[in-house]
Amino acid sequence: MSETTNQAFAEHVIALTLNGQPRQLNVQPWSTLLDVLREQLDLVGTKKGCDHGQCGACTVLRDGKRVNACLTLAVMCGGAELTTIEGLADGDTLHPMQQAFIKHDAFQCGYCTPGQICSAVGLANEGRAQTADQIKELMSGNLCRCGAYTNILAAVEEALPQSAAKASAVSEGGIDA
Amino acid sequence: MNPFHYSKPVDVSQAISLAGAASRFIAGGTNLLDLMKENIARPEHLIDITGLPLKDVRETANGGLLIGALVSNADLAWHPLVEQRYPLLSQAILAGASPQLRNMASTGGNLLQRTRCYYFYDSAVPCNKREPGSGCPAKDGLNRIHAILGASDDCVATHPSDMCVALAALDAVVHVEGRGGKRTIEFADFHRLPEDAPQRDNQLADDELITAIELPPQGFVAHSHYLKIRDRASYAFALVSVAAALELDGDIIRDVRLALGGVAHKPWRDKAVEQSLIGQPVSRENFVAAAEAMLREAKPLEHNAFKVKLAQRAIVRALSDAATGGKA
Repeated sequence: MSETTNQAFAEHVIALTLNGQPRQLNVQPWSTLLDVLREQLDLVGTKKGCDHGQCGACTVLRDGKRVNACLTLAVMCGGAELTTIEGLADGDTLHPMQQAFIKHDAFQCGYCTPGQICSAVGLANEGRAQTADQIKELMSGNLCRCGAYTNILAAVEEALPQSAAKASAVSEGGIDA
Repeated sequence: MNPFHYSKPVDVSQAISLAGAASRFIAGGTNLLDLMKENIARPEHLIDITGLPLKDVRETANGGLLIGALVSNADLAWHPLVEQRYPLLSQAILAGASPQLRNMASTGGNLLQRTRCYYFYDSAVPCNKREPGSGCPAKDGLNRIHAILGASDDCVATHPSDMCVALAALDAVVHVEGRGGKRTIEFADFHRLPEDAPQRDNQLADDELITAIELPPQGFVAHSHYLKIRDRASYAFALVSVAAALELDGDIIRDVRLALGGVAHKPWRDKAVEQSLIGQPVSRENFVAAAEAMLREAKPLEHNAFKVKLAQRAIVRALSDAATGGKA
């Protein structure tokens, strides 16, 4: 490896789809997706809470699945379809999950909210939560230190069927991404 | 995190040829990146294995399953064949981490996650696992979460995985490939006890890659249960966990598996205890006797003596729940 280690650390070029738009990005191997979103692309809706995968504030959707952007290397996102909180609404029409969070006042300070909403959309895509107890268990990767859990649960419970229907319409190609 | 080189090989042999002592394979990265941010892991080269063709779950000729190392924890837990034939494994995986982490984390990587001992994670203090020979502050420090079985003077850390406890109980086999070729490792032999080399968590060589996990046909479908005891209701590591599985003929135990998590440097099994239950009827007395025998060599530390009784009670409950069909 001596030849390689003598070289400067290479920047890598990755191509991905971000909130429906094809993008080409130059990234350092050690940059996390979270830092690239916030620092390089100015998409600051995705929050940095713990930066260790413990709080869920950085949750984004990768190919429809919820992941922690803080524990994802940007260089490993080539070919991915990423959706952040900025990409959920359809123009001025909020995603049903966003609408439900407003309706139920499902936040206080709002810092965890983008991660909560992306996580709840991922939950809908998974189709595994039917009861309130299952929603609570499957939303446990998102902490809210204000303790808005009761209203978060109410919002997710209400929007889950509509979000799930939207997800299956997208996967069947019925809605333009 | 330190600067490093990055490669993305397209096949297993290329990945193995790139590997060395200063490199790390990365798949989900959920533990490795965290360790790199804390300066505990400082690889010079990351080898991204997510492009390798190790993403299938398929049936083996003898009726078992071969699980590709890159199958995510979530996909594995919710795979129809795993839910139907190995409910113990599904339960154990879903008891661990968060939905986000389970979407990211790989099957192979789950085996390789490192202890969450807080001294191991604190680069300002000594740790024999992190810096061999530097000492162990946990032994006489805050050791509530630490090992009560199989520990050494050099290390009292526990293995953090839930999935591995179920894999141990199910007699899984680890398939690995290195520059010297392919080999298989029985799950019970894969992870190590700390002894005088706690820096080594398992038997893998630097150039070896986990390619698959094989499950034998026996999945204990009718009678198994994974019980996890932790400090909060969800998303926390186990203080104690139990994978219990029974094969019953009426109320007579024909086969039994018992594996403990949260108590040792590796999933803890004791075949003599399992043997003592075979041929016995399902009864609270027999389960209590087995639970006491499982912990007979326990050596608690200052703050974790509670784990002995907790583990014994958890074993009795997990076996009882398994006997009645695996529902808590």
